Amino acid sequence: MPNQKSTDQKMRAPLSWITARRRRPVAGYAVVLLGLLAVGGGYAAVTASGSAASADAPAANQTQIDQGRQIFVQDCSSCHGLDAQGTNTGPSLIGVGSAAVYFQVSTGRMPAKEIEAEMPRKPMTMRYDQMLAVAAYIQSLGGGPTIPTPAMVSTEGADAGLGQELFTENCSQCHNFVGAGGALTYGKYAPALTQSTPRQIYTAMLTGPEAMPVFNDTTITPSEKRDIIAYITKTRSDPNPGGFSLGRIGPVTEGLVGWIGGIGGLILVAMWITARRREHS
Amino acid sequence: MSTPNGAPANGQVEGPVAKLLDQTGVFLDDRLRAAKSTRTFLRKVFPDHWSFLLGEIALYSFIILLLTGTFLTLFFKPSMNTVVYHGVYTQLDGVRMSEAYASTLNISFDVRGGLLMRQIHHWAADLFMAALIAHMLRIFFTGAYRKPREFNWLIGIVLFTLGMLEGLFGYSLPDDLLSGTGLRITEGVALGIPIVGTYLSFFLFGGQFPGTDIIPRLYIIHVLLIPGLLLALITAHLFFMFHQKHTQMPGKGHTNTNVVGQPMYPYFMAKTGAWFMFIFGFLAVLGTFAQINPIWLYGPYTPAAISAGSQPDFYMGPLEGSLRMMPSWTWDLAGHTVAWNVVIPALVPLGLIFTGAALWPFIERWATGDYSEHHVNDRPRNAATRTGIGMAAIAFYGILWLEGANDVIADHLDISLYLTTEIARYAIFIGPVVAYWVTKRICLGLQRKDNESLLHGYETGIIEMTPEGEFIERHAPVPEEQRAVLLAKRPVAELPAPSDGDDEVPAPATRGPVGKVRLALARVITEQVPAATGDGHGNGHGNGHHEPERAAVTAGEPGKALPGQDEAGDPPDSGSH
Amino acid sequence: MSGTEDYPADLPGHGEEAEPSRAPHRVIGTPPPAEQRTLLGTAVQDSPPPAPRELPSDPPDPVKAKRAERIVAALFILSMLAGIGFIAAYIGLEVNSGGLDAVFRSNLALGVSMSVAFLALGVGAVIWVRSLMPDVELTEERHPLASSEADRAAFKETFEEGADTSQFVKRPLLRRTLIAASIPLGLAPLVLLRDMGPLPGTSLRHTVWRAGLRLTLAGSNQPIKPEDFNTPGSMITVIPQGYQDDDNAIAKAAVIIIKFEPGQLTHPTNMNWTVDNIVAYSKICTHVGCPVALYEQTTHHILCPCHQSTFDATAGATVLFGPAPRPLPQLPMGVDSEGYLIAKHDFYEPVGPSFWERG
Repeated sequence: MPNQKSTDQKMRAPLSWITARRRRPVAGYAVVLLGLLAVGGGYAAVTASGSAASADAPAANQTQIDQGRQIFVQDCSSCHGLDAQGTNTGPSLIGVGSAAVYFQVSTGRMPAKEIEAEMPRKPMTMRYDQMLAVAAYIQSLGGGPTIPTPAMVSTEGADAGLGQELFTENCSQCHNFVGAGGALTYGKYAPALTQSTPRQIYTAMLTGPEAMPVFNDTTITPSEKRDIIAYITKTRSDPNPGGFSLGRIGPVTEGLVGWIGGIGGLILVAMWITARRREHS
Repeated sequence: MSTPNGAPANGQVEGPVAKLLDQTGVFLDDRLRAAKSTRTFLRKVFPDHWSFLLGEIALYSFIILLLTGTFLTLFFKPSMNTVVYHGVYTQLDGVRMSEAYASTLNISFDVRGGLLMRQIHHWAADLFMAALIAHMLRIFFTGAYRKPREFNWLIGIVLFTLGMLEGLFGYSLPDDLLSGTGLRITEGVALGIPIVGTYLSFFLFGGQFPGTDIIPRLYIIHVLLIPGLLLALITAHLFFMFHQKHTQMPGKGHTNTNVVGQPMYPYFMAKTGAWFMFIFGFLAVLGTFAQINPIWLYGPYTPAAISAGSQPDFYMGPLEGSLRMMPSWTWDLAGHTVAWNVVIPALVPLGLIFTGAALWPFIERWATGDYSEHHVNDRPRNAATRTGIGMAAIAFYGILWLEGANDVIADHLDISLYLTTEIARYAIFIGPVVAYWVTKRICLGLQRKDNESLLHGYETGIIEMTPEGEFIERHAPVPEEQRAVLLAKRPVAELPAPSDGDDEVPAPATRGPVGKVRLALARVITEQVPAATGDGHGNGHGNGHHEPERAAVTAGEPGKALPGQDEAGDPPDSGSH
Repeated sequence: MSGTEDYPADLPGHGEEAEPSRAPHRVIGTPPPAEQRTLLGTAVQDSPPPAPRELPSDPPDPVKAKRAERIVAALFILSMLAGIGFIAAYIGLEVNSGGLDAVFRSNLALGVSMSVAFLALGVGAVIWVRSLMPDVELTEERHPLASSEADRAAFKETFEEGADTSQFVKRPLLRRTLIAASIPLGLAPLVLLRDMGPLPGTSLRHTVWRAGLRLTLAGSNQPIKPEDFNTPGSMITVIPQGYQDDDNAIAKAAVIIIKFEPGQLTHPTNMNWTVDNIVAYSKICTHVGCPVALYEQTTHHILCPCHQSTFDATAGATVLFGPAPRPLPQLPMGVDSEGYLIAKHDFYEPVGPSFWERG
């Protein structure tokens, strides 16, 4: 192939090192990489990681209930009705208990911005004390399961082995064997449990949010619930001794890695081994 | 002249090493008469192409499976006796499990290097199956299954089936929740087989599911019976390949009666040794950094528990997908149930693929009448119908595969769960047809592009201005090497043409309904754009149009000349003999 | 312009050579002289006189070759160090009773050293071949695979002669009795497999559930009262009391119970088999036997995660979607004298996948 060497040899002022290399092939990749890092880092910095405080819920008093009612009317009644009796867009909240409010609001699912097949986990929008007030108000309407105390969700002395058995029999069919989540019908899904706090796990079991069934305290006792919480929290924080976890969802990602990384990578090596030696003219 | 290191010019080795080698050689040859055959072996020529290394990935993965597997057998206990676990993994403390599962936990957590060996073993199994698929596809798309290599093709299909079973039995050995679910599904499928299903199931499991016999039985099949069969078949496969010599890609100097490449000793030995190191290295990297089959997370098997997103290893995925996709058809006749919803997915899709693959070399021979030996590979684009059929098979297999992971796809790609199944039920029929048609058109288009290169050369990037002020780009002829490749279209041995005159009798092979089918198939299978001849500057036109009728090669028109160039007088017979 | 070689419809035939290539290009068939075969002894001299050397001795550029040699040597030394590292990691890093962290460290150390050892060897070997072994292209002739007509005829003769002499063809009595003798022996291995398992009999039609057997919660093995399982939307897995260690029993007897609001359960659910709007269905999917445990409270659908068979829990677990052919069998439930949930009877139909004799 005839050479097309540029014959332009103008005198220029000395260029900075980065400008001098701007036309190298690697420069393109470097720019893309920098862009990705900038966008990714920026996104990570601005997404808040809402973590609910773990203070004790104080005993409800009338001021709190009134405050709760105010917030409820403002933020919730458009879907749930002025007296929490329910409308077309939101179910009745009479009898769901403060535990349900705790779960829905602390995971940011409520107040909902739009109606979807399933409300996703979001950063909490209410303040913690506001949530407790609404919870007290709802509790006052029709009773129901209450927010567990820290002692009730403590995993001190819990039996993670029993927790594994209970979780596998009753939870993993939706949430996957370690709680990595799974598909339900019509766009619903059982969420991953990677961010759930012990109280959120407890209240979810207790109140059966959305499509999740209810596991009340007389079916799965508080002690057993603590065992399940111990299993979930310990397993998700365990290291992966075999390397990267690949999502802990099983052979699907393993197959992808094997084909793309294994066969793909080996094909590249095979091309190198069998490449013809380049002839240098 | 002597070499840089001062060694003698004619390559003789000297000194005490040489003496030892000499004596060894004499000792062996006195007893074996091996000099001539070993020398032939050492000089054996191996052609070079990256795609020829795919089969070796499978071969070396198999060897690594044997090595790591032997390590695992030293520690694994193939027993379903119940034990209560009190080991290092606290989430399973006090949990009831089988000895098989407990020993696998032991290998993973209490034996140094145990987890690494387990992971390399499992990754090697996945790589073995993936390499087999890639290798089979390469053989298919290049036509390397043709005479005289049909035996190897059939052996390969058997190897693939055995590999699937071997992998299924292997990952079921730890008796964890995920693989135990797979065994449960196996039992359910076995039960659904008409007449003999219940007996099959009870004989396999030694009674009711799960029983206590299945793991020890799978163990001996997995470590002895199937590896023995695999070894024997692989040996036969390699022996045939040695005896018949490897195929080669089309190129300059590559004919149907030679092999061009590098000798076994020292070149190929070094390269294949390096390849083995790479494969072992890649598997070691995967075993170190990519966690696979973390059975401690799955938990021991209990028939009352199940996890969302339960899939088998990928090579069993199409079976899983066909089970998910099938509507719930059963027949209840006179006190008996025929479970079509289980029998059809278990037998039909993979049965179609394997039977079709096994019969294809013979169908192609019969249809095209091509009974000659083939030692030069086809470029996939030059066999448009075959490549199209291959892509259709890939589409079929792939849709089944994707459906096998449909709940994971639904969860992670936000697609409604039922919709994935509905789509798959239609795609399984439409997809292969579309894949065939699109692929074939692409292949024919690529053939025309090749013809363009032959006729007009390639663009050099040099722009010239003619005296009239017109800008043209100078083209250079394609280099000789490339030219040889582009022109390497095999002429297909033709079926005798049907009569085109009233006084001629149709050839026997084309008579009757079977003959007509044969002729139609031949027409479709051999459809290609004939190679154009030209000197690279635009001469030789008129022969580049699509000619589906192999039996009727039309005469070409005289070459059209570009302005300023000579009239070309190319003979009408284009590059197809 | 010629480019292509002849492709005869039938072998043999030698292809034309195009231009001679740059590298030494020799046709195999004439071995080097006897005195050059020092490696393999001088026992029998049956080859013609030697030809010149087939393989070039060294790569063209000695400077580049020397550099490549150093690179390859460095890689091999790296591989050796990694191999030593592997042994050191094995000796130095314990895993027993160290927990998952110790296993992670050991796996990482052993794995990285093994990977480096192999990959360095591989890369070094490839550079060796590509940069240190001189470029060479040899051509070997293929011979037609079919034997000559004479050979084939000779084989045919030998075979037919032997068949004739063996009397096998000429004496049908011998032949037939030999075949007759081998048939039972051939069948014997199959016959020996009979005791691999018991005959199914009617065992697939029954589970261990019987009247009065208590439902217990899987995992805690505690019996359950309707007033404890009283929140609508609840679902839990139960197994028969006393069978928590019997996997064979659990494989057919696992059951899910679901609590509904009054009025939600409809035909064809058998209301006589419910207690306080609590209904019990077999947990074994009627498709291929996975535990069908995914319960969506809002839609009242029971979904099997294996192949997505969906059942309507309010309507006798009728099939709504998926490959399952039949509804989940409903377990007749009652309460015993102490108020605990019990079974009133076994299932009235076989649970689990369809089979030929099911009917």
